[in-house]
Amino acid sequence: MIDLLLVIAAAIFGIGVYGALSQQSFVMIMMGLELMLNSAVLVTVVFWWGTTGGNPSGQLLVIVILAVMAIEAAIGFALVTAVYRSRKADIAEKLKKLRN
Amino acid sequence: MTPGPLSYFLIAAFGLGAVVAGWLVFRTDSMLRAAYWLMVSFVGVGAMLIVLDAQFLGLILILMMSGEMTIMAIFMIMFMMNPAGLNPMTMVHQHRTSILAGVGSFLVLAWVGVVAEFPNRPAPVEDPTVALGEELLGRSMLIFESAGVALLAVMIGAIALAAKQGRFGDAFAGSVEPELDVEVGDRT
Repeated sequence: MIDLLLVIAAAIFGIGVYGALSQQSFVMIMMGLELMLNSAVLVTVVFWWGTTGGNPSGQLLVIVILAVMAIEAAIGFALVTAVYRSRKADIAEKLKKLRN
Repeated sequence: MTPGPLSYFLIAAFGLGAVVAGWLVFRTDSMLRAAYWLMVSFVGVGAMLIVLDAQFLGLILILMMSGEMTIMAIFMIMFMMNPAGLNPMTMVHQHRTSILAGVGSFLVLAWVGVVAEFPNRPAPVEDPTVALGEELLGRSMLIFESAGVALLAVMIGAIALAAKQGRFGDAFAGSVEPELDVEVGDRT
C-alpha cells in the first residue's frame, strides 16, 4: 500500500516540477509549486500512517506544511501584484533584469 | 490499521483522479479552469488522507484549497490574458527540459518509493484527531503558535508588498512595460 501511495505522490510531484519549470505565467508557476507541496502533504501523511505507529508529530508536520502552502500563496500573490504594478509584467520572460 | 480491498480501490481511484487533474492543470487553455483542476487534484489528495485515517487533515486540506483556488481564480481574471480559454493557448518555455525534469523526478522518486524498505508500524485505529489536538495544544504548542505568528507576519508582508502606495512613492510611478526579447525557438 505504501508503495502505491508513494508512486502516486511521485507522479504528482513530477507534474509539479514540469509545471514550475515550463510555465511562463507567474500564477501557473505557483500552481506547479502548489502541486509539489500537495505531494509533500501526501507523503508525510503516508509515512505517519504507515511507519510511525500513529505518532501525532507526523500530523503536526502536515499542519506546518499547510502553513507553508498558505505562506507561499500569500507572498506569491503579493509579489505578482507588486511586479505587475511596477513593470506591467505578467510572465517570467518580462523579468530578465532585477532592476529597471 | 491493515488496509482492506476497499481502501486499495479508493486510494487507487482518488490517486488516479488527483494525478490526472494535476496533469490537466497544464493542458487546459483556460487559466480559470486550470485553477479548478488544481482544486480537483487537492480534493483527490484530501480524500486519500481521509481514507488513510487522517480525517481532520484531509478535510482542512480540502477546505483550505477550495478557498485558495477561488482566490487564485480571481487573480487569473484580474491579471492574465485569456482567462476563459476562448483561444488556444500555449505559454511555455524550455518545454523539453521541463518534461525531462518532471519525468526524471517521477522515476527517481517512484523508484525510491518502490525499492526502499520502510518500517512497518501502522497507525492504531484509535482516534488520530484527538491525538493531534492533544499534540497541538500540549507538547508542540510552541510550533503551532509559531505557525500562527509566521502567518501574521506574512499577512503584514503581503499587504506591504501589494500596497499601491509603496515606501518609495506610488507603485505606478514610472512603470514601463518591458520589451519582450524572446526568440521564437524559446517559446516551444
